[in-house]
Amino acid sequence: MTVLNSRVPEGPLADKWTNHKNKINLVNPANKRLIDVIVVGTGLAGGSAAATLAELGYNVKAFCYQDSPRRAHSIAAQGGINAAKNYQGDGDSTYRLFYDTVKGGDYRSREENVYRLAEVSANIIDQCVAQGVPFARDYGGLLDNRSFGGVLVSRTFYAKGQTGQQLLLGCYSAMNRQIARGKIAMYNRHEMMELVIVDGKARGIIARNLVTGEIERHSAHAVVIASGGYGNVFYLSTNAMGSNVSAAWKVHKKGAFFANPCFTQIHPTCIPVSGDHQSKLTLMSESLRNDGRIWVPKKMEDVKAIREGRLKPTQIAEEDRDYYLERRYPAFGNLVPRDVASRAAKERCDAGYGVNATGEAVYLDFASAIQRYGKEQAHIHGLDENDKDLVKKLGTEVVKSKYGNLFQMYEKIVDQNPYETPMMIYPAVHYTMGGVWVDYNLMTTIPGLYAIGEANFSDHGANRLGASALMQGLADGYFVLPYTIGDYLSADIRTGKIPTNLPEFDAAENAVKEQINGFVNNKGSKSVDYFHKRLGKVMWDKVGMARNAEGLKQAIEEIRAIREEFWKDVRVPGAANEYNEELAKAGRVADFLELGELFAIDALHREESCGGHFREEYQTAEGEALRRPEFQYVAAWEYTGNPGEAIMHKEPLEYKNIEVKERSYK
Amino acid sequence: MKLKLKIWRQKNANDKGKLVDYDIDGVSGDMSFLEMLDVLNTQLIEKGEEPVAFDHDCREGICGTCSLFINGEAHGPDRLVTTCQLHMRKFNDGDTIYIEPFRAKAFPVVKDLVVDRSAFDRIQHAGGYISVNTSGNTQDANAIPINKEHADKAFDAATCIGCGACVATCKNSSAMLFVSAKVSQFALLPQGKVEAKQRVLNMVEQMDKEGFGNCTNTGACEVECPKGISLENIARMNREYLAASFTSNT
Amino acid sequence: MSWLKKTFSSSIGRKFSMALSALFLLLFLLQHFVINFSSVISADAFNELSHFMGTNPLIQFVMQPILMFAVVYHFVMGFVLEAKNNAARNVKYAMYKGGANASWMSRNMIYSGLVILGFLALHFYDFWIPEIAHKYVRFEEPDATRYYGELVEKFENPMRVALYVLAFVFLALHLTHGFQSAFQTIGARSPKYFPFIQKFGKIFAIAIPAGFIFIAIFHHLTA
Repeated sequence: MTVLNSRVPEGPLADKWTNHKNKINLVNPANKRLIDVIVVGTGLAGGSAAATLAELGYNVKAFCYQDSPRRAHSIAAQGGINAAKNYQGDGDSTYRLFYDTVKGGDYRSREENVYRLAEVSANIIDQCVAQGVPFARDYGGLLDNRSFGGVLVSRTFYAKGQTGQQLLLGCYSAMNRQIARGKIAMYNRHEMMELVIVDGKARGIIARNLVTGEIERHSAHAVVIASGGYGNVFYLSTNAMGSNVSAAWKVHKKGAFFANPCFTQIHPTCIPVSGDHQSKLTLMSESLRNDGRIWVPKKMEDVKAIREGRLKPTQIAEEDRDYYLERRYPAFGNLVPRDVASRAAKERCDAGYGVNATGEAVYLDFASAIQRYGKEQAHIHGLDENDKDLVKKLGTEVVKSKYGNLFQMYEKIVDQNPYETPMMIYPAVHYTMGGVWVDYNLMTTIPGLYAIGEANFSDHGANRLGASALMQGLADGYFVLPYTIGDYLSADIRTGKIPTNLPEFDAAENAVKEQINGFVNNKGSKSVDYFHKRLGKVMWDKVGMARNAEGLKQAIEEIRAIREEFWKDVRVPGAANEYNEELAKAGRVADFLELGELFAIDALHREESCGGHFREEYQTAEGEALRRPEFQYVAAWEYTGNPGEAIMHKEPLEYKNIEVKERSYK
Repeated sequence: MKLKLKIWRQKNANDKGKLVDYDIDGVSGDMSFLEMLDVLNTQLIEKGEEPVAFDHDCREGICGTCSLFINGEAHGPDRLVTTCQLHMRKFNDGDTIYIEPFRAKAFPVVKDLVVDRSAFDRIQHAGGYISVNTSGNTQDANAIPINKEHADKAFDAATCIGCGACVATCKNSSAMLFVSAKVSQFALLPQGKVEAKQRVLNMVEQMDKEGFGNCTNTGACEVECPKGISLENIARMNREYLAASFTSNT
Repeated sequence: MSWLKKTFSSSIGRKFSMALSALFLLLFLLQHFVINFSSVISADAFNELSHFMGTNPLIQFVMQPILMFAVVYHFVMGFVLEAKNNAARNVKYAMYKGGANASWMSRNMIYSGLVILGFLALHFYDFWIPEIAHKYVRFEEPDATRYYGELVEKFENPMRVALYVLAFVFLALHLTHGFQSAFQTIGARSPKYFPFIQKFGKIFAIAIPAGFIFIAIFHHLTA
């Protein structure tokens, strides 16, 4: 029987959150001063949580591995943030956002969490505007919206292609206010190394100062993990170089269940890999699919000519182009959800129609958008709509004002002008829907330990819709956790400060030191990156966009072998008590090598296709994902000493307010 | 291509540090500058030497972590890019490349090419925010229409990534472009106007405390800024500061 | 008055005072040029204007001290800021391409300023010290016709003319950056008007020193 209790409150769906808030325990303001909370990670979730908890009066200690909280990888989110404001009057509502998100997640998310997310989404926009986040506006001075994949309304708020940056700087400014008040103690360039559990409750962490190498003990009454996703298990991803699973993995090893690790989002529009030296992949925002059309040539001889440089994409006639998304999904066209778009690109490239030297790229073309906007502008200004050069010029200006920074980024990386020639794109690992299992209160299976943002599993099911990650991060941090954590902390008002000289801290610190000393004294011959790259290749080839039982079994064996070799042969230069990036990386890769195995095990056990998880054995005749009702559950894995021996616990998913049906975007 | 690198090596904050020569071969034009350094570091590690420490994270030009003063310019010779987006095709076979940390008294070196930019954070602590709590009860986002021009300008200022290239490139190590970007963002928005006076006074005071130099309007910062933050912001901050000095109540 | 002190000891306040003194000096330069230029047109006009300036109590005892203060302040503060700015980077770059992103003029205000300071010493030695000695040390009889002759006499020496020409070239370099910089510092940078200020500043920066050079050479050649 399941040991998981999701603690979903009673009552009708739309009232659950309000009822819950009305019933949970609160901590009075004077007592909040007596309570410490540790927040690990300062992205949208961690930053907003730290700021809000401090505003409420708790003493917050916030940790980030970056040199400033402002640099967390939420900053790289481009396209926008969803909210059910219905400013456009196009029929949006809390229910519709909820519906789209559950459907987009292929019915693998917890209904009640998603509804709450949709419910608080509108508050986020209000809050951010009040904080001075400069969202895009129209000429009347009101907020503008754009559309994202998988939905039929315009509900995405944006700030050009830098929405994540603006939202994160909003959080950062809220944090700064609390840092100035002394309510947040900020620990930059610190990495969480271990969770400390005292009497069954999360009571602190062991952290390493990345500048001095010092191992520090920090205690608190509750610990919040907001350390983001684990996409870097693939080595190449759109994540930042430092993004890692370690905080989430350490708590998993201490007893927190890890849910649905195989649910990973492969984003369809990224700049293709250019060579072996590649260190990361760059995303081109999904918002580009508002105006860009995706295609490959229809004829194989054109593909060959393009690869050999004999033909330019602009020379291919309209009728010789295969706009495959528009062909296969006429209702949503280029704006199908990410998992669908990625698989469709892979399908075309696997069939041999890839348009670059490696055969792994498709076109994202703005020529028709430039034409359309150009004609519109010419018409508005009473100019000649048939003047081709003029129309192109005017259209280019419009496209530039919408996506200028993305186009510039593309040009810098690829050295081609995307206004003149179509962009080349290919899917890349982007986001992980899986993560630490949490209940409705966002608490993990360890009392007093919370997980928020991308680090938890709860809201996106098997596939996340565009512009929903920012929404979830901020919803968790600003509007959910600060309430729910009070319920738990209300029992701690008389506990007093947690001492750091307890034997539990000794043990945790010793374990950390032992691992570090093991690394610096290991007389290996290969760099950390060597192993990370090998792991990434296995993950991408066998646990990537399409998976099968055979490949997954091989992957599990191979990952184990790489892990064994890693511990024997890794070389970490430098010392433990100094700035040592290789040492920090070694610890992170060690955790990826364990997570990778659990990831593959989870993918192997899930004998269905859903969302980002595509098992080749389970597809419809048209090649669409074949979901199986018997897998309508969350797989939460319990660590028992070795990733290969993890025990799975099922949290059944029930949909009482939404009909589970085939997810169709046709 | 084959390159000669002259890289600043400094063990820690107290070490004196020096430029060390490295030769690197097989560099492709499609590599980013940091990927070229990755290749060098892998070679150093396999030879048993310590790799070169440098700051980097997102590698897509937005987090502001990467720095590097390359051949005499912050983020290297290309315009409107950070070092992570600078590609080796901007260099030629046989080039000698100087790689130094961002230098300013307010940015002490941590190790090799890594510097401590926490002075920027402290300036933000002094007032880089709007004092509004996350109650969820703020007014509707569309309650106050904002002139599009102002909203766009506020956004342009807000795109600052806090990398410190302005300080590094300024002959005076002045942080005016950075500080003015934040001051401008809020000064241009109705939400920020409420506490605008105190904000600019406090942020400038903290900026001065950190030991940055004075602005002499050379305009180098604007040219080297990877986000193209305009000098207009500095003029606006001057205006805001002077007006606040003479009209605030404290 | 502590807030005033605080304002003017802040980085922006210091720059503001530099800009204010600069703007005042620009006006002074303009009026100095107009009077000097009259010497090219008419010796009498020049004598009359000079006599007025030299004897009017408002000019002598109000404007002159303000001018002295502005000059001294501008120089002293210029040195103070230079020293502070220099100290703001304690370890210098091995390779620094200043020319890649900023004009020579903007980066070398201290040097153009130093040349102007040297010139001022010569200029004081040539005109101001004899003038003060004439009026306030020796208390000689006022003579409304002496100025033109004194002026022409000074420009007989080709070395002196050469020094003057050199100094004015540096003044032009100083003003090329300084003019628009002063407006930027006081915050006068509306996108609408600033391009005009920049253009006008360039014209001013070249035309006024060129005019002074013309006057010096004119008198040298016609004397």
